[in-house]
Amino acid sequence: MGRKLDPTNQVKRGPGRKSKKQQGAETELAKFIPDEETAPKRMSSRGRKRAAKRVLNTKKPKAAEEQPKTGFTDENSKWLKPVKRKRKIGEAESEDDSDEHWEQEEDEEEEEQLQAKKGGKLEIQEDDDDDEDMVDDYGALEEGSGDEKAEEQSDEEELLPIERAAKKAKKLKEALGIESDDDDDDDDDDDEDDKEKKKSDSDVDEEDTVQANMDDMDAFRLPGAEESEREGVLPLDLKSIYQRIKDNIDVLCNFSTKREEGKERAEYLSLLKKDLCTYYSYNHFLLDKLMDLFPLSELVDFLEANEIHRPVTIRTNTLKTRRRDLAQALINRGVNLDPLGKWSKVGLVIYDSSVPVGATPEYLSGQYMLQGASSFLPVMALSPQEGELVLDMSAAPGGKTTYIAQLMRNTGMIVANDANADRLKSVVGNIHRLGVTNTVICNYDGRQFPKVMGGFDRVLLDAPCSGTGVIAKDPAVKTSKDEADIQRSAHLQKELILAAIDSVNAESTSGGYLIYCTCSIMVEENEWVVDYALKKRNVKLVPTGLDFGKEGFTRFKERRFHPTLRLSRRFYPHSHNMDGFFVAKLKKFSNVVPTAATGNEEENADAPEATEVTDSSEEEPSKSPKKKKMVPGKAGGLKRKPQTNGTAAKKPASVKTKGKKNSPAGPKKAKIAKMDGETVKASEAKKPAAKTAGGAKASKEGSRFEKKQNKLRKSPMKAKKRMGKNKFRKLKSMLGEDGE
Amino acid sequence: MRPLTDEETKTMFEKLSKYIGENIKILVDRPDGSYCFRLHNDRVYYMSEKILKLATHISRDKLVSVGTCFGKFTKTIKFRLHITALDFLAPYAKFKVWVKPGAEQSFLYGNHVLKSGLGRITENTMQYQGVVVYSMTDVPLGFGVAAKTTQECRRVDPMSIVVFHQADVGEFIRNEDTLT
Repeated sequence: MGRKLDPTNQVKRGPGRKSKKQQGAETELAKFIPDEETAPKRMSSRGRKRAAKRVLNTKKPKAAEEQPKTGFTDENSKWLKPVKRKRKIGEAESEDDSDEHWEQEEDEEEEEQLQAKKGGKLEIQEDDDDDEDMVDDYGALEEGSGDEKAEEQSDEEELLPIERAAKKAKKLKEALGIESDDDDDDDDDDDEDDKEKKKSDSDVDEEDTVQANMDDMDAFRLPGAEESEREGVLPLDLKSIYQRIKDNIDVLCNFSTKREEGKERAEYLSLLKKDLCTYYSYNHFLLDKLMDLFPLSELVDFLEANEIHRPVTIRTNTLKTRRRDLAQALINRGVNLDPLGKWSKVGLVIYDSSVPVGATPEYLSGQYMLQGASSFLPVMALSPQEGELVLDMSAAPGGKTTYIAQLMRNTGMIVANDANADRLKSVVGNIHRLGVTNTVICNYDGRQFPKVMGGFDRVLLDAPCSGTGVIAKDPAVKTSKDEADIQRSAHLQKELILAAIDSVNAESTSGGYLIYCTCSIMVEENEWVVDYALKKRNVKLVPTGLDFGKEGFTRFKERRFHPTLRLSRRFYPHSHNMDGFFVAKLKKFSNVVPTAATGNEEENADAPEATEVTDSSEEEPSKSPKKKKMVPGKAGGLKRKPQTNGTAAKKPASVKTKGKKNSPAGPKKAKIAKMDGETVKASEAKKPAAKTAGGAKASKEGSRFEKKQNKLRKSPMKAKKRMGKNKFRKLKSMLGEDGE
Repeated sequence: MRPLTDEETKTMFEKLSKYIGENIKILVDRPDGSYCFRLHNDRVYYMSEKILKLATHISRDKLVSVGTCFGKFTKTIKFRLHITALDFLAPYAKFKVWVKPGAEQSFLYGNHVLKSGLGRITENTMQYQGVVVYSMTDVPLGFGVAAKTTQECRRVDPMSIVVFHQADVGEFIRNEDTLT
């Protein structure tokens, strides 16, 4: 009795008929037969029968109604389509673990039986995925078969009593008081809101709620001192606070026109801050930070976005399956999903599911990984190539590691490291589950890593952070963080990023890249850390390869970062619907001198040598060595910047030796990075021969600097060996001018 | 990390051959480079020589896992296959059992396969032969030991066990801590 496939009838794809029909019938009927709604039309015998059946099992159709729309809605719907349900009687189907399906199936079968009696014509029209036909059918069938019409009507009747009541009430409202709707700005429960407002000691007198609302909008007034005092005793309800936040922001956005005479902006701001802290329960510190970060209008969006969870996303394991196969398998299990977006070929968004997504046989057999959308980004930016040696510095729980492996198609080698041994268990589980075989898992502190091994083609550093981007996941962040926490993690991040850079092999033919990412949105943990790395190591920022996201800050409050920091990317919950995230891609550039293989210290070292003789610049906040790279010709002025703390003054002598002996990558280089003046000197003594040999190029370069430096000597500043900070700054700015 | 002794190699290969028979040599002689077995923390890891070299950088106490873990040696020097070896058992398995979708979930929770859940079984399976368990869509779910021969399976009542459970992919969640 299964439905026969009619090859002549092209089956349309799209959401199932159940999901459409309810909607269609309702609206269409409202348009066509408004009066019949009140006086139900006489039904045909079959229609009556069907209606009776519906009354009998009112629950069942409901379940069918709520059946999630399966299939795809975006451009991928061309190839991603829901399977046709098989209706073989004997054979059990794979989705038997979801009762919902059974129920729906029975329901459908019933109807089918009825229709089968009616004959072939209807059967075709009632075809499963046929939504357009349904709409057209309506008119066509009206004269054709009364049965069908009756069915449509009874569908209308299927509305629950409460729904009908609501509908009626709505109509009544529309008829009576249209004016009450026009300034219902956004709240559905505005009436309620207003009622409560009346009770509360809000500042505006409100006889007529509507009027009051409008007044509120254009004449928002700051509460006086005594009012706020009263508030302390008798706190406002949240709704009115919310209204006040909105009004306040409105005023602040158009401050010159809407402000109250004699009130300062600061007063408005402090009230706003207080209200936001109360409403969203943040601590003052974090809210201050966020207010610095976002414009006011965006701030509320951000705070609101933190109250709702991000959609569950999964990543297809292309080592084991393909996305369309996986999507098909999951749809069959009653999962409602969609492709993640144009930017990802492996991501799927799960809207809802009748089975736990983290325990389906597909999950267990490693066909996909539960992973936030934001976690895709750093790996995509890393873009590991086949056969490379990649380090994932903080790997747990292995989502990014396995993504790297799948991009490398299980070739090359991956070192997955994490400082926490307990969290490594999940890495082991996930790597084996997803069938990744090219991985070494180890348990070092990331800061020691360059000592363990170096020479990686690519390094991914997902640094531990304060987690201010994932407040939706962990609301405890709202109140638990303070300045010290941010500083602490920023410090750790700076240590880690240097260690990560030292592990990269700049000589690598295919790579030499480092991805730095955090799930924090604080500038201290992101731009600042990268800026620090730019100053300390021979790295430059390169485009991440992600075509969306906001640019990183180059200036933030009093701080100025390197201009290329705009190549980094920020992601926010409210604008991208993924966790707050920061991604920066750094390339370690190799030295042109083949002996100075890993090009970290030595290139810098070459540069400052000549100049530092004159002005010892220990306390100078070093400017990025990068700049020098960008303007190689006129680098003289900038090159005076030391790249490692304190070693600068002693460099001139030592550099030449360094250039020579630094050729081995990794650990050694890292050591060198940490070398202070003394050790450098010692090494110099040990290798005088190397010095002369390696110095050939350096001295050449040096002579150029010498000239520059001679010029400097004539300037009054050079007279003093050490200069004060202010003076130094002046000099710097001067040099900066002629340098740029 | 060290190579396996002869004794250990013998024990492990005997175990492996229960599932994949003479296909073991495919594991050892691979066209895409040389692969080897190494013992670390009583566990046997299977890895390519390249990764082996890389792993030598890492000190023993800091090394958690290399390549693929095949199983571990018990205190009584028996070898126990872990579910993590499934990726290498499944493609070469000599004897297979397919379970019906209804019984899938039950097997994934660590239960034996009953006759009622048996979808298909390789012909001529002997009793106590190692078998790999698949779902009807050919997704490997785990492995076990045949409790009955194929012939007997036809006759027995629906509630009798046909495959003893040894490992299933549900262990990735249930026993995450003990995988390595």
